[in-house]
Amino acid sequence: MSEAGTHLAIVQARSGSSAAVGAAASLEAQIRTILATVPDPELPVLSVVDLGIVHRVEVDEDGIRVAILPTFIGCPALDVIRAAIASALAGLGRPVRVETTFEVPWTSDRISAAGLRALAAVGIAPPADPGATRCPFCASGEVAMDSAFGPTQCRSLFYCRACRQPFEVLKSV
Amino acid sequence: MTSTSRDLAEAEEPAEPELPVPALDALLRSMADDEFVIGCSDSEWTGIAPILEEDIAMSSLSQDELGHATALYGLLAELIDGDPDVLAYDREPNEYRHARLLDHGRGDWAMTIARRYLYETADAVRLEALAGGSWAPLAGLVGKMAREERYHAMHIGTWLERLAAAGGEARDRLEAALTTLATDGATVFTPLPGEDDLVTAGILAAPMSELADRWRAAISPTLTRLGLPLPPSSPVADARGRSDHGEPFTWLWSEFTMVRRSDPGAAW
Repeated sequence: MSEAGTHLAIVQARSGSSAAVGAAASLEAQIRTILATVPDPELPVLSVVDLGIVHRVEVDEDGIRVAILPTFIGCPALDVIRAAIASALAGLGRPVRVETTFEVPWTSDRISAAGLRALAAVGIAPPADPGATRCPFCASGEVAMDSAFGPTQCRSLFYCRACRQPFEVLKSV
Repeated sequence: MTSTSRDLAEAEEPAEPELPVPALDALLRSMADDEFVIGCSDSEWTGIAPILEEDIAMSSLSQDELGHATALYGLLAELIDGDPDVLAYDREPNEYRHARLLDHGRGDWAMTIARRYLYETADAVRLEALAGGSWAPLAGLVGKMAREERYHAMHIGTWLERLAAAGGEARDRLEAALTTLATDGATVFTPLPGEDDLVTAGILAAPMSELADRWRAAISPTLTRLGLPLPPSSPVADARGRSDHGEPFTWLWSEFTMVRRSDPGAAW
């Protein structure tokens, strides 16, 4: 699940002992494994890790802090995502804080390769430059955009002239 | 520096110069109110836009703007130790600081497109002048906003071209709307109290009057090519550009504060 833009930083507790370093590193691994099972509520075939919205994970004496990047600033699913992450990490027995940040913008190229395959499997084409979009069903390039605005803020509506199927495309931002 | 502004600046290098809080307050308030008011105003089309796809598009655009407003009110609330909901909902109509461009009521579809075209193009110039600014929390947010606004500009630009090329009633209505809005377009660039401090601090690239000139230069080629009326080049007269909102806004305010006023403090 390692994904280029994801920055996982372990902020070490002040003790600095090698035992504590080891414990924090293994906790980090545990957190990453758990986050990779938390689905995005609007694109449930993707985990929040595959979607590339996990920007930073910090573990210190105050608990676990996860910083996420909104795909869209006004994404109405953010509260649900925050709650899902907090609930998934609750079993680790430490306080969990999930915050949103705009330190770096989420961009559609933060989606992992596995994520792109999962999207294609449910008929959602990956973000592409204008003219480069291909039908997720038949791979034809004979497609037309019906509307830039689809069922969620992050998706557009397309139509494939070759297999005559409507499909969605993740917006390129 | 208060502890809140120190929190906001935590991602920056130490020993940053003090933030020009009053001027930053005015800037964030003006931007948040602009996005909030156009978002509320255009969401009135939900369910009654000319075609189904447009219904979805205009609702999505409005949702984006309300999201931007939420983030900007959040930033302002941290800066002045306030509450974003109080900023959005608990002010009297005359305390909002959105541009007068947004004070004409929903109007017809041509009015909606004309207003949005003038607003989106002006907002793009403003965002460009803030991108890469010295205050990291705002620079980050603005960079993200600009990525979303590109879709808005593309969409509204397409509608402007279509109504202009359609001739007949569509074009007549578009021309009438642009004429009605002409002098108010530049109110997005109403000088802000203390804006020189923002320029000095490296938060804003240039004074509002200069941004207004950039905006006119940016839209002139398109409007000229389509034979549509250009906004006059006279500067925005005074602080009236962001106050004295009038009856259409009082009505809109009564709509968007209705739930809040009927049950103060409720969460939903």
